[in-house]
Amino acid sequence: MSQAQFEIQLIASIVAVACALPGVFLVLRRMAMMSDAISHTVLLGIVIAFFITKSINSPLLFIGAALMGVITVSLVELLHRTQLVREDAAIGLVFPAIFSIAVILISRFAGDVHLDTDAVLLGELAFAPFNRLRLLGMDFGPEGLYTTGSVLLLNIIFIILLYKELKLATFDPALAAALGFAPAVIHYALMALVSLTAVGAFDAVGSVLVVAFMIAPPAAAYLLTNRLSRMLIYSALIGIVSAISGYWLAHLLDASIAGSMATMTGVSFLTTYLLAPERGLIAQARRRRGQRIEFALTMLTMHIAHHTATQEAEQENQVVRLNEHLKWSPQFAMEIVGVAERTGLVQQKEGLLMLTESGLKRSQQEFTM
Amino acid sequence: MVSKDRLNHQVTVNIMDISQLLYDLFFDYTLRTVALGAAIIGIVSGMLGSFAVLRKQSLLGDAISHAALPGIVLAFLITREREPVMLMLGALIAGWLATLFMLNITHTTRIKTDTALGLVLSVFFGLGLMLLTFTQRLPDATQAGLDKFLFGQAATLLQSDVITMGIIGVIALGLLAIFWKEFKLITFDPEYAASLGFPVRVLDVLLTTLLVIAIVIGLQTVGVVLMSAMIVAPAAAARQWTDRLNLMVILGGLFGALAGVGGTLISGSAERLPTGPVIVLCISVIVLFSMLFATNRGLIWNWIRSQQNRHKLRARAVLADLNTLAMQHLDEEHGHSIAVLRAMSPNPDGVSHALSQLMERGHAREVSRDVWALTDEGLVEASQNLENETE
Repeated sequence: MSQAQFEIQLIASIVAVACALPGVFLVLRRMAMMSDAISHTVLLGIVIAFFITKSINSPLLFIGAALMGVITVSLVELLHRTQLVREDAAIGLVFPAIFSIAVILISRFAGDVHLDTDAVLLGELAFAPFNRLRLLGMDFGPEGLYTTGSVLLLNIIFIILLYKELKLATFDPALAAALGFAPAVIHYALMALVSLTAVGAFDAVGSVLVVAFMIAPPAAAYLLTNRLSRMLIYSALIGIVSAISGYWLAHLLDASIAGSMATMTGVSFLTTYLLAPERGLIAQARRRRGQRIEFALTMLTMHIAHHTATQEAEQENQVVRLNEHLKWSPQFAMEIVGVAERTGLVQQKEGLLMLTESGLKRSQQEFTM
Repeated sequence: MVSKDRLNHQVTVNIMDISQLLYDLFFDYTLRTVALGAAIIGIVSGMLGSFAVLRKQSLLGDAISHAALPGIVLAFLITREREPVMLMLGALIAGWLATLFMLNITHTTRIKTDTALGLVLSVFFGLGLMLLTFTQRLPDATQAGLDKFLFGQAATLLQSDVITMGIIGVIALGLLAIFWKEFKLITFDPEYAASLGFPVRVLDVLLTTLLVIAIVIGLQTVGVVLMSAMIVAPAAAARQWTDRLNLMVILGGLFGALAGVGGTLISGSAERLPTGPVIVLCISVIVLFSMLFATNRGLIWNWIRSQQNRHKLRARAVLADLNTLAMQHLDEEHGHSIAVLRAMSPNPDGVSHALSQLMERGHAREVSRDVWALTDEGLVEASQNLENETE
């Protein structure tokens, strides 16, 4: 692994964590699509700041982008509050319009400068190691490391300082308001943070894929835990794994690094979706199967108890009769009887099913319930 | 005089420009093709978008249009040809898979719709980007122009593309017409539809498929990023003008077509004005205009109406105050100073306006300067109001 490769993976991992942290709150607050809107509209902030400063590296670009993010959120809320459109429609109306203005400005006035829509939207991480920070003739590593690093630091500080407030405003905004935590202020601060993160990640992964890093790892983490602190940590870890595996996938296919990383966030999510303990698809299927068997066992003990010591016991309490009376398929009946025998609920004597003591108990337990 | 001449000259030039533009619209091949294509996109997406907006699926269009990218690239990778129908088919399948995936996630986990949308949107788009760059580096890459699906390049539309779009659009709208009643029912009351025995799921699938088709038609012209606006905006504008579905769908199509043709003309009139974004800005202006000025729902009319109501209520309150004062005097002709009325009113500044309104209606008269009394009609009106309130 060359130094350039290491640097790319390092920057990508930093971006992944920086995006995942505010992403957790977006997912929990049901505002995931706002990240899509913001990651598009910050472009206009960048373009306007670029026209003012004539420089692509000015810190004003960050401020412009953050402001535009907040403006986007306010516009969406303004539209929604007129009660003429729903909130999702308001998002769908605001961001294409602002994004269009940005694209038109770029193609009309900045066509021959280093500011094109492809670069901002798609990003190219492969070039990151070539853009180095040099001070006093010394090489301090790639510039991208410092921009994304400061965004990450800002996110961490914000979340640590306002952890309690963020938690309360996310899970119980009414209580937060009653306690005087000003959920609206926290809301807008979070949106500004999302905007800053989006623009900080632009160089690395491009705006559309910022969305992937903000949403997919927290969505996966959401399936793994009920604790906010753990969700933050899991999201960061999943983001890093996706970023690094995405890099090597891109290496393998000689394809876009950003695209491959976004694909890997999807793969990470899909894996979690299938395998997560408790909430994964497979765990769900197993739980359903387990419940079915438990229910069937109870049914079996009840059926046998009902007919034991009656005249028709000889006919009723046979394995072959179960499919008629309980509407079980022969295989299912065999399986359940097998389980019942193994767990000591039922015994077979000369083809007749008899309850054991614990089987009798179980059937009565269910009766009295 | 000179400057006026120049002004006149400029005006003539502008008129020349416009007539030239209109001339081009009919006789210039590129402009005519693009305008026609944009009109088709506008009509189809405006009409089908109406259903998406009413079914709270505004952002589904955004997700589908992004998710279509890997389908387009894969279709190219398999066929190795830039055949529009095949690419559209690829986009259709990918858009469909994305929708299914999204619905599955929200049904089987506690993940909410917005997260599922964003997830599917960004991951599919990333996959598309990865495949696109992969394809571009293949040795026999004849895929020049696949990436125009990202931002759309209207200028590269061919007449054959427009014909394809037209045919697919007509099929989609034909299906919409055939299943109109069913779609209307599942849009507004799916439970009732199910209780009547309609196959709600099948209809749901069909309607979503039509939405995917509408998006796929527009991708080449407007691009992945901005296509979602063509689904939401015409419908949102149309919604402001009417409460009837059929009218809304027709208006949606009309607004979409208007924005498409208008955007094409504007972007054709100047250098370096990309068509897709200009079309989106046109439809945004239409939305803004509709939200402000639409009859009945528009913000301006609403504001005027609430002002009128407020004045009416204020006049009524002042009338009641006058009545209260009159009851304390045996002499009905006794006038009351405006200062007293102001002191009684919660909003002292509005009292004189309210009094002049009452005078217009003949309920009050000015006995002398700033001294007011009820007329006989005013007395009747005030006691009637009082009765209504106590009831």
